[in-house]
Amino acid sequence: MLLEIENLSKSFGGLKAVSNLNIEIREGELIGLIGPNGAGKTTVFNLLTGVYDPTEGKMLFQGKDVSGLKPYQVTHRGMARTFQNIRLFGDLSVIDNVKIAFHQHAKYSTLSAILRMPGYFSGEEEMEQKALELLEVFHLQGKAREIAKNLPYGEQRRLEIARALAAKPKLLLLDEPAAGMNPQETHELMELIRWIREHFQITILLIEHDMSLVMGVCERIYVLDYGIVIAHGNPAEIKSNPKVIEAYLGEEAI
Amino acid sequence: MIVSKWLNRKNVFVLLGATLFYAVIQGSILTDILPPFYKLNLILICIYIILATSLNLINGITGQFSIGHAGFMAIGAYLSAIITAKLHGPLALGLLVGALVAAAVGFLVGLPTLRLKGDYLAIATLGVGEVVRIVFLNTEYVGGAAGFTLSSKITWSWSFWLMVLSIVVMHNLINSTHGRACISVRENEIAAEAMGINTTKYKVLAFTFGAFFAGLAGGIYANYMYIIQPMTFSFLKSFDILVMVVLGGLGSLTGSIFGAIFMTVISALLAGFPEWRMVITASLLVVMMVFRPIGLMGTKEFSLNFLGKKGERNVT
Repeated sequence: MLLEIENLSKSFGGLKAVSNLNIEIREGELIGLIGPNGAGKTTVFNLLTGVYDPTEGKMLFQGKDVSGLKPYQVTHRGMARTFQNIRLFGDLSVIDNVKIAFHQHAKYSTLSAILRMPGYFSGEEEMEQKALELLEVFHLQGKAREIAKNLPYGEQRRLEIARALAAKPKLLLLDEPAAGMNPQETHELMELIRWIREHFQITILLIEHDMSLVMGVCERIYVLDYGIVIAHGNPAEIKSNPKVIEAYLGEEAI
Repeated sequence: MIVSKWLNRKNVFVLLGATLFYAVIQGSILTDILPPFYKLNLILICIYIILATSLNLINGITGQFSIGHAGFMAIGAYLSAIITAKLHGPLALGLLVGALVAAAVGFLVGLPTLRLKGDYLAIATLGVGEVVRIVFLNTEYVGGAAGFTLSSKITWSWSFWLMVLSIVVMHNLINSTHGRACISVRENEIAAEAMGINTTKYKVLAFTFGAFFAGLAGGIYANYMYIIQPMTFSFLKSFDILVMVVLGGLGSLTGSIFGAIFMTVISALLAGFPEWRMVITASLLVVMMVFRPIGLMGTKEFSLNFLGKKGERNVT
């Protein structure tokens, strides 16, 4: 079991954003977390990545408790995320965005950098190589020296995923990767996500609004409404689940 | 092997240029051609370049708004002056101890204050700077408000090569993965954390390095000026340094160097009209903020890339 979330709850004052959440993810799975607006999906991500501390419950990643860790410590443990509203290092070049995520695996010290010791040159060379390789995978190698904020929207989304992968995670968390994309781009993204899993051999948990994407790509789906898991199963089961239809379309639709 | 990587065409060119400039000035000092007023200002430029580039490391590169730089300068100045004048120690030891103590204070102050953001951090660092000054003001051993005198040991050679050394260290730090980590804090702190950057560590690192070089500049200043007084290190000094950094462009090392040269030259030119000095510098700043708010260089670096770059890539 890669990730086990047990009875996780988070309250903001009187509001229970997430209550008694139980999620289990095995290695290599592609899991979707869906739900209407305000259901608490992003809160789950923020709990997982240490942005918020849980009010109750446990989160075991590779058997170890990760609650209470700082976001960068969670990333060091092997979880990396993207953001719903893209958060790139906008004024830096595309390649520097990726290199920053490589930083935790950097092989030379501050002293070695200041004295420009051999370790600095080999370390920088290696980072440059790996960053270019990763950008090539995402068809961004031609834009490596461009400023990140000048990229078109779709490429910014791809760069954010590339950057998250540079942190070498075991579990990749994608927060609404298809937000703002047209159906054609969404379809390409679906292919990309499948391909990433095969190529990098990682586990993916994705939050999504776009039902076609989730249904097309995920093996198992958790449906969240008002902070509670109302359904859980494979796409076919979720599609026919009356509770899900009610949550999305309202009671009368049934 | 490693030497050939250090001496790529660009570095050789810069080193030769610096040596040539140094030699011309040194020659004219030795032959008494250079008027003392020019020498004074050249050494002041070196001191302000160290101050501005080190503040840039905190404010421009890491994006933490500190305005207490004069406080760290004061620590370096007083500590080095005590060692050279009161304890009759060697100059190099005085400068080193002054810088190290300033760095240690920077580290201790940075740990709690760097949790603050924006205006709150600015006010906290301003307070720290004033506290340092007031401690020296009320210490009888260093002469209180009157300060104390010492002999001038700093020569043009000392100030110039220490400035070059400081710039090299800061340049090498900025253009490395650790420097990129600092820049990522400025660019987007939440994303930096999510990408595995320990943001607190890099804020404190930048603050400590900044304090170290401010302390070094303070030591050079004290050992050149014959006298040190607490009033020299008031918050107005911090603002002077900040103006150089903002004028040159927050985040640009070469910008800070231009800013320091520019402001020192302006002050020197207006030395005869002290009442106009503030009016003119203030007007300049207003014009600058209206027409080019990112500063002379923005975050870009003045670059010699047309000379062909081999071995080193510019990462900022």
